[in-house]
Amino acid sequence: MTDDAWFAGLPPGDTEEAIDSIASGSAATPRAWPSIAVDEGYADSEAEYYDRLRDATIEAARRAVRSREQADDSQLVHAVRSMDDTERIANELAERTAEWAGTLFEEAEPTVAGVRSLAGREPQTDAEGHVLALAEQVDALAEEAEALRSFIERQTPQIAPNLDAMAGSVLAARLIALAGGLESLAKKPSGTVQVLGAEDALFAHLAGRGTSPKHGIIFTHEYVRGTHPDNRGSAARAFAGKLAIAARIDHYSGEYREEIHEELRDRIATIQARTDGGDE
Amino acid sequence: MTLPDGVVRRAFDGRERLVTSGEPVYGEPTDGQWRVWDVGRSKLGAMFELGMDVQLSGGESVLYLGAASGTTVSHVADFAGPTYAVEFAPRPVRDLVSVAADRSNLFPLLKDARRPETYAHVVESNLDVIVQDVATRGQATVAARNAIFLDDDGLLLAAIKARSEDVTADPEAVYDRVLEELAETYEVLETRSLAPYHDDHLGVVARKQ
Repeated sequence: MTDDAWFAGLPPGDTEEAIDSIASGSAATPRAWPSIAVDEGYADSEAEYYDRLRDATIEAARRAVRSREQADDSQLVHAVRSMDDTERIANELAERTAEWAGTLFEEAEPTVAGVRSLAGREPQTDAEGHVLALAEQVDALAEEAEALRSFIERQTPQIAPNLDAMAGSVLAARLIALAGGLESLAKKPSGTVQVLGAEDALFAHLAGRGTSPKHGIIFTHEYVRGTHPDNRGSAARAFAGKLAIAARIDHYSGEYREEIHEELRDRIATIQARTDGGDE
Repeated sequence: MTLPDGVVRRAFDGRERLVTSGEPVYGEPTDGQWRVWDVGRSKLGAMFELGMDVQLSGGESVLYLGAASGTTVSHVADFAGPTYAVEFAPRPVRDLVSVAADRSNLFPLLKDARRPETYAHVVESNLDVIVQDVATRGQATVAARNAIFLDDDGLLLAAIKARSEDVTADPEAVYDRVLEELAETYEVLETRSLAPYHDDHLGVVARKQ
């Protein structure tokens, strides 16, 4: 009858299972749980039921918070750096392997995908054995890069919901990694966020060589790249401004705030409209 | 209008303030057992302060959606009965847990108010009141989905945030849309802007139908 209740099947006083059940259980509809708990002997009185409910909900919330927060930004920083390294190494090794494979297999394409398609074949000669072993390595690296990407896509919304929604998981993770953590990103002025990832150009500019960079890693985002070059500076500035705010909200409050996203969408639309209707 | 038992007006620094009796939570001024309910930080507090007829007498069972760090829900638990506090973001729930630890009738739940099935195994049915202050799009949908927890003539006290629905639209137009959707599940009894305490927020008192 009461399979749905958080206390269903639990011996009274078993806090561990109760905590689990509160965290992961569900029911289609609520029922009069306090009186059901008394009827079924989970508690002697409703007062005792509420005491048990209180202990279990407080501990469940405490643990859920802890585990959600352990999905912390330093894990994300490692993950995004590892993903970049794995992709880079996969590419380099694929080039080397494809060059060799081209002499042995006719259909070998000089791309990661091409090399991956060789993996799993039976070698006929020693040389083929080495090429196919390298192809296996490329395949494994590329697979790990994909797994890291989906790890980042799962973790970023938990750690930085606003940055994730605004920049996408991977770019948000890269910004956090470039700043050295969410807290450091939250403390950076928007002008710094704008040129994160363009340090070479920035220091060249500061040393008197070249113009100041308009954008760093945020260039990869559609808001900047999808804007006409004449207005990319404005778009990058607007985007970086809101990213800096998103980072602060994510670090200090952790709550998703729709309005900053709407404001940015509006702002970018206005900037892009300058050229859409004009000289294009 | 009458305040529920447990919520009173008291002079603080020469000014009449709303107060409840309980452990202090957010650095609010206190006087003995009484602690000031800062209506500038609480939409429900503003609804009381502005004289909306919230039809509470004290001791009600409550589902609070969007409890955040527990500022308002701590005052609710001071005058209400069993109070279930739902909040989705982990960081504020950390504070909410310490608010709950000082109170015997407050149950914190790290859950998504848009998905009542994830807490219907914990929150009881036939509740007297839902207090809603969620800053997400689809606030009327949240209220409608959670109506399953309310008694037949249960009450909804909601603060509708215009900017959460659509930043660009005129707040009045947003309120009309939200109220229209609310009317499918609730009979709206009273609405009032929460200015000057909260800009672009509409206080709503409604009854389940």
